[in-house]
Amino acid sequence: MDALPKLLQTAQVAIAEAGDLATLDQTRIHYLGKKGLLTERLKELGKLPAQERRQAGQSINEVKQALETALAARKVELEAVALSARLANEAIDVTLPGRGHHPGGYHPVSRTLTRIETLFARIGFTIAEGPEIEDDFRNFEALNIPPHHPARAMHDTFYFDAHTLLRTHTSPVQIRVMEDQAPPIRIIAPGRVYRCDSDVTHSPMFHQVEGLLVDEDVSFADLKGVLDDFLHHFFECDLAVRFRPSYFPFTEPSAEVDIQCVICSGAGCRVCKQSGWLEILGCGMVHPAVFEKVGIDSERYTGYAFGMGVERLTMLRYGVNDLRLFFDNDLRFLRQFQ
Amino acid sequence: MKVSQQWLREWVDLPISGDELAMQLTMAGLEVDHIEPAAPPFDQVVVGQVVDLTPHPDADRLRIAAVDVGKAQPLQIVCGAPNVAIGMYVPTALIGAVLPGGLAIKKSKLRGIESQGMLCSAKELGLAENADGLLPLPADSPLGHSVRELLALDDAIIDIELTPNRGDCLGMEGIAREVAALNRCEFHPLSTEAVKPVLDATFPVRLLDPVDCPRYIGRVIRGVNPAAETPLWMQERLRRAGIRSLGPLVDVTNYVMLELGQPMHAFDLQRLTGGIEVRRARPGDRLELLNGVFIEPDEETLLITDHQGPLALAGIMGGEISSCTDATRDVFLESAFFTPTSIAGRARRHSLQTTDASYRFERGVDPQLQRRAAERATRLLIDMAGGQPGPIVETISPEHLPVEPAIHLRSTRIHKLLGMNVPAIQVEDILRRLGMAVAAEIDHWLVVPPSSRFDIALEADLIEEIARIYGYQRVPSNQPLTRLQMPPQPEGQIGLERLRETLVQRGFQEAITYSFVDPDFQKRLDPECEPLALANPISADLAVMRTSLWPGLLKALIYNQKHQQSRVRLFENGLNFLLTEEGLWQEPFLGGVATGAVLSEQWGVPTRTMDFFDLKADVEALLTLTGEPEAFQFVVASHPALHPGQSARVERAGESIGWLGALHPRVARELDVEGDIFIFELQLAGLRPARLPAFQELSRFPASRRDLAIIVSEDVAVQAVFDCIRQCGGALLREVWLFDIYRGRGIAEGRKSLAFGLNLQDFSRNLTDNMVDETVSGIIAGLTEQFDATLRI
Repeated sequence: MDALPKLLQTAQVAIAEAGDLATLDQTRIHYLGKKGLLTERLKELGKLPAQERRQAGQSINEVKQALETALAARKVELEAVALSARLANEAIDVTLPGRGHHPGGYHPVSRTLTRIETLFARIGFTIAEGPEIEDDFRNFEALNIPPHHPARAMHDTFYFDAHTLLRTHTSPVQIRVMEDQAPPIRIIAPGRVYRCDSDVTHSPMFHQVEGLLVDEDVSFADLKGVLDDFLHHFFECDLAVRFRPSYFPFTEPSAEVDIQCVICSGAGCRVCKQSGWLEILGCGMVHPAVFEKVGIDSERYTGYAFGMGVERLTMLRYGVNDLRLFFDNDLRFLRQFQ
Repeated sequence: MKVSQQWLREWVDLPISGDELAMQLTMAGLEVDHIEPAAPPFDQVVVGQVVDLTPHPDADRLRIAAVDVGKAQPLQIVCGAPNVAIGMYVPTALIGAVLPGGLAIKKSKLRGIESQGMLCSAKELGLAENADGLLPLPADSPLGHSVRELLALDDAIIDIELTPNRGDCLGMEGIAREVAALNRCEFHPLSTEAVKPVLDATFPVRLLDPVDCPRYIGRVIRGVNPAAETPLWMQERLRRAGIRSLGPLVDVTNYVMLELGQPMHAFDLQRLTGGIEVRRARPGDRLELLNGVFIEPDEETLLITDHQGPLALAGIMGGEISSCTDATRDVFLESAFFTPTSIAGRARRHSLQTTDASYRFERGVDPQLQRRAAERATRLLIDMAGGQPGPIVETISPEHLPVEPAIHLRSTRIHKLLGMNVPAIQVEDILRRLGMAVAAEIDHWLVVPPSSRFDIALEADLIEEIARIYGYQRVPSNQPLTRLQMPPQPEGQIGLERLRETLVQRGFQEAITYSFVDPDFQKRLDPECEPLALANPISADLAVMRTSLWPGLLKALIYNQKHQQSRVRLFENGLNFLLTEEGLWQEPFLGGVATGAVLSEQWGVPTRTMDFFDLKADVEALLTLTGEPEAFQFVVASHPALHPGQSARVERAGESIGWLGALHPRVARELDVEGDIFIFELQLAGLRPARLPAFQELSRFPASRRDLAIIVSEDVAVQAVFDCIRQCGGALLREVWLFDIYRGRGIAEGRKSLAFGLNLQDFSRNLTDNMVDETVSGIIAGLTEQFDATLRI
């Protein structure tokens, strides 16, 4: 049987030489396991004379502690090595693209609609909808556009029969809401509208958003305020806005709203026909004749209405230069608005 | 309406420049479309007189003119114009002149003869599109004087796009009144003194339809010189307004229309019989119009007739039979008021373009204007072409003439509607300048608009006028004050945006397609459904309303396939239109089309072409949003657009809400689409109702999993197996899922192996093996009984 110092030395060499955790563990077992060399020594302590036992026991324990310390230290070293090896082994090219499916996107016109709806919903407008196949009464008559009115000629209407048509604007939704609901009314009505006209700047189907607010003491100044706000927030810039007298049979006073051209900032360009201004929406105070048709007391209540073309707003907002792109549904186009 | 600024300034003492005026008009609601010069730039063109004319020795068509331009020596100019004549005054371009289009006049030789300038036609000066000879200048024009100055060509034409309510601005006088009000400056209305009749001659007029024509003024003028020419100044004004000169008789009526806004008509008196009758058309009436079109007017149409028959389409266009010609000497002049409703839409009814007359009448011509217009036209005509006028004969039905309303105007109402105060003095000033009679009463004004203003009948109309002239820019911009009102937020309905977002997240791109589609295309997808057809479609391929979202979406898919996109996933939401027994049905649907690889081509994933179940998962994702996906069934059913073996009707609680399937290969071939196409469409009304979540206690006890592989006949639907397992599983069965289907080795032909995972759990205790075995045995027994299933071991 070797002397303890020799055993300690051999063991220390073995621990230092253990190249991996498994070997290290074997070394531990070899010396400190149930049948390990050092354990055996401890077991044999009983055989020693009593006066030597204490001294011998102490020596063995010192060796044992030394080994345990060395084992633990070596284990930490080996673990660190193993971890680095594993990390090195598991390194990947993180610049590789992620796997799986990619989301699609919304149509740019929808995107604009959502934007408009959100802006108005935040100040308490609710969304109203109406049918796209409308009756002549709500599309025209109730809006103070009797048969043969010159304004009808501007509406290039698609008809099914003498009384049924594709709505030419979202304004009939105004009528439907006012027929069903007493003031106060605060709605916007987004949707598809149709005109029998098709060329570079006209599509037979397009989108409008109509707004209507009816309450006591609603004034043209309020209308200006709401639309000023809307246009600034929609375009997210402090552009000039002007209200210009115009004519719609269903509003009085009526106004056309122009914004400073967002393409050239008012300097004059092809889009604004060198005027520096872009016609962006129509609006006005609800005409007393319209209130009369839907049975609202125009002495007590006043209201304003406005309507805007969604494709036009979309084109200006995102710089789209051809109306027809909206309805080709070319993925290369649509994906630009994801 | 094209307005010569020069002419306008004769009516109003305008303190502002042309550009300022244009801006002012636009901001007053008379939108200026553009401004253009009355003539393109040119210079060194002077008045010359042809004093001698000799043939060109070497050219038959050319002549050598000696032209006096006020210098010591006449110029020798070679000229090819057919109308060149001795004594004629003509525009003469001097050496050094530059004509429109950049033509520089130099000393030159034409066929060997020196030419010291050029005699010009209207076309060469940029005053006309075409010309068939030199532009004759008025005799006695000062020789050598600039033609630009002579014709006052340094003028700007303002093109105003008038809104339909402003019929009153379809004449210079109306525009001038407006401009004067805007600038608060003097306005000089046209003085129209009565022309004393020289003859007794009249022509009888009867108004058989006084509602449509309550006033008709006629005047006979005899002995007009048929050879007279329209003076150049009038031709110029007509030209600047966009009207072609057609000889004195027509020119005078057009000129008065431009001045005052009153359309007029001149009949050849010799071609009239008996007397004029203004009446609705009767069966058998037939009329050849001035433009050569024959019409058979219906009884809605107002006609001017004589005892022989129709002469003219009242207020729209004259007839050939009674029109003035080069030989006309005796004229019957018509100046009438036709009500807007009697003219509106009639031109279109006869497939005619709107005429200058109908455009004005349908917007409203001042009903008090006819006599002034007739006097003015008489004066001009006599001055230009001589002739002896008879007396004016006015036929009138006073009770049918429009009456100007007396409108109450309250300053409180001005404030209420505009949100600002306008000083009373301003209100009155604005209204008076617009030609209104204003009387101040105790707490309001009584305002009577001029008869020319058809658009003013209500207090609101006056308030608009005040705001318009006062300036919309002076109305403040208020942050609105309103009563807060919380809108309902129904949780039992899935928002459309959530459904759309789900599809977007699953890789679908939203499309927007036309609501009208090609009937043939749609018929292939939905042969039994008779779509709603437009009466006036814009084209044959957009002629019927869609009954399904598929035609539009498939068209978009085909478009993309043709643009090298092999993987396409599109969805759309919108109305479908059906004609049902209960009437028209317009219902919102959500639909999609998909083709190509499941995932876009990428590394590390084998490319797999999508199939039915990939799209079904998309549809199921939508159904899951309802909170009760178990309420939906996919029922084996056939649809003409779908592959008979790969189509399912989607039902909710037994009600059909839509379809899902592979596009029928025959349809795909007909439509020329590539690859397998999968499509779905769901009715939103069936999809949106959602279950409110209701909490269920969570079990504190562990769950046990068992797997179960059974072999059943190939024709057993998996859904039925699921239903059976759930039914037999009892209360302990928490979850069941299918994790494998196997056919082939070890499984008899015509049968398939289905492997299910089962999760069992109880709320009150740990499950023992016995309890689990009992449940599984029950399930196996049920499957055996119902499907003749055997366990796969």
